[in-house]
Amino acid sequence: MKEELFVSGRNIPNIDPYLHIWHWQIPLYLFLGGLAAGILFFAGYFVVMQKEKDMQASVKWAPLLAPFALALGLFALFLDLKHQLYFWRLYTTVRFTSPMSWGAWTLMFITPLSVIWVASYMKEMFPRWDWKFEILNKFEAFAIKYRKTMAWTIMALAIILGVYTGILLSAFNARPLWNTSILGPLFLVSGLSTGLAFTMMISKSKYERKVLGRIDLILITVELFLITHMFMGFLAGSAAKIEAAELFLGGDFTVTFWAFVVVLGLIFPAIMEILELRGYHVPIWIPSTFILIGGLVFRFVMVEAGQITRFLY
Amino acid sequence: MRYAMAIDTKKCVGCGDCVVACQTENNVPHGYCRDWIVENVSGSYPNVEIELRSERCNHCDNAPCVRCCPTGASHIVEGGIVMVTHNECIGCGACIESCPYDARYSHPEGYVDKCTFCKHRLDKGQNPACVEVCPTKCLHFGDLDDPNSDVSKALKNRRWKVLAPEAGTKPQLYFLT
Repeated sequence: MKEELFVSGRNIPNIDPYLHIWHWQIPLYLFLGGLAAGILFFAGYFVVMQKEKDMQASVKWAPLLAPFALALGLFALFLDLKHQLYFWRLYTTVRFTSPMSWGAWTLMFITPLSVIWVASYMKEMFPRWDWKFEILNKFEAFAIKYRKTMAWTIMALAIILGVYTGILLSAFNARPLWNTSILGPLFLVSGLSTGLAFTMMISKSKYERKVLGRIDLILITVELFLITHMFMGFLAGSAAKIEAAELFLGGDFTVTFWAFVVVLGLIFPAIMEILELRGYHVPIWIPSTFILIGGLVFRFVMVEAGQITRFLY
Repeated sequence: MRYAMAIDTKKCVGCGDCVVACQTENNVPHGYCRDWIVENVSGSYPNVEIELRSERCNHCDNAPCVRCCPTGASHIVEGGIVMVTHNECIGCGACIESCPYDARYSHPEGYVDKCTFCKHRLDKGQNPACVEVCPTKCLHFGDLDDPNSDVSKALKNRRWKVLAPEAGTKPQLYFLT
């Protein structure tokens, strides 16, 4: 039996013939949010573990990027809004059922906190740094005094931010590719991994790179495991889920996903990291760059492909 | 009170009057529409069947668009009608992504727009514009809680279906088959 659907009198921009309401801004925002979450989580983690001395890049230098990544991400999100003059409406209400609302509020807290975090290390990083105003010196002393509390808070917020980048998509029942609860943990792990990749790239200490490389290997393994589980879930699911999975199993996104995200973005850097741990010399920028690009492509693929999938009726 | 619509797929001829009436009544910008016609052709020659459906927002009981809206611009008013307050909408697109029926669109002015069951007409005791103009009288509208309403009577004696019930949205457009 053949079945065909015609929709007459409808050719709405960005909706027909298939949904494309979210463009490059959203995946870029998800990537930057995940990256910042990864950087900040490990910054907090190593302070809590009292490894500040050994993990200089993780605690001090990498977080320098976080406020900029978050600000750029928020700017991308702002560009995506179509009724921009009303963006402040996000902050006149708290809506627990809306992931977008959760994300907006999390960013409202973690962005200033990341700035305070960086500020509390300014003098350590740049010995000739001068705050100019006495009040800022007092504020710095206050921030340093409560650094451990700040570390715990930033870790918690970073996890919420990382999970949120996935839940933003998985909350949409209407898009079968997104509507899987594994997307939250998957985006979190991927975000943590991109954060580590960046830190590894700028770290000057061999010891630190080795520790981060080991953690990253675990994260990549978990990520591969979650991706496998995601597809197992789809293929054991309803017709709409199977159709969503087929976009990656022979469909339009097969090469982009398996070649660029899985092989070049996860497996290849994992092999590089194993070689490094085994004592071979591998320039650290190679696995790092591949992980970062893989993470970015992953988010583009998920956002693009997800909008094509829909319920069949 | 629970407003709902029943669409008689056996009577609909797909003329598109409902679409044009809505566009005129609600000042829908050129190139956009709040309701549309779907022709569902199944089978192969010579055993071909066609189902014509006039579709629009399903004004779901469990509306995902309302759940996902970060500002509360999308909300449900009395009678179960899903509405959008234009000056609360930031145009983030979350509700458009969340709708299994693709019933919402981004208005050129920025906010998200959709079918309102012509609430401004209901308030005056009139039917929605699409129902009013349908030349085959295939659209039945009214209050489900009132057994004498047009929609209740239409549903009483006919087989019906809703679209994508598996989406769990409890849609309120009933298609008489």
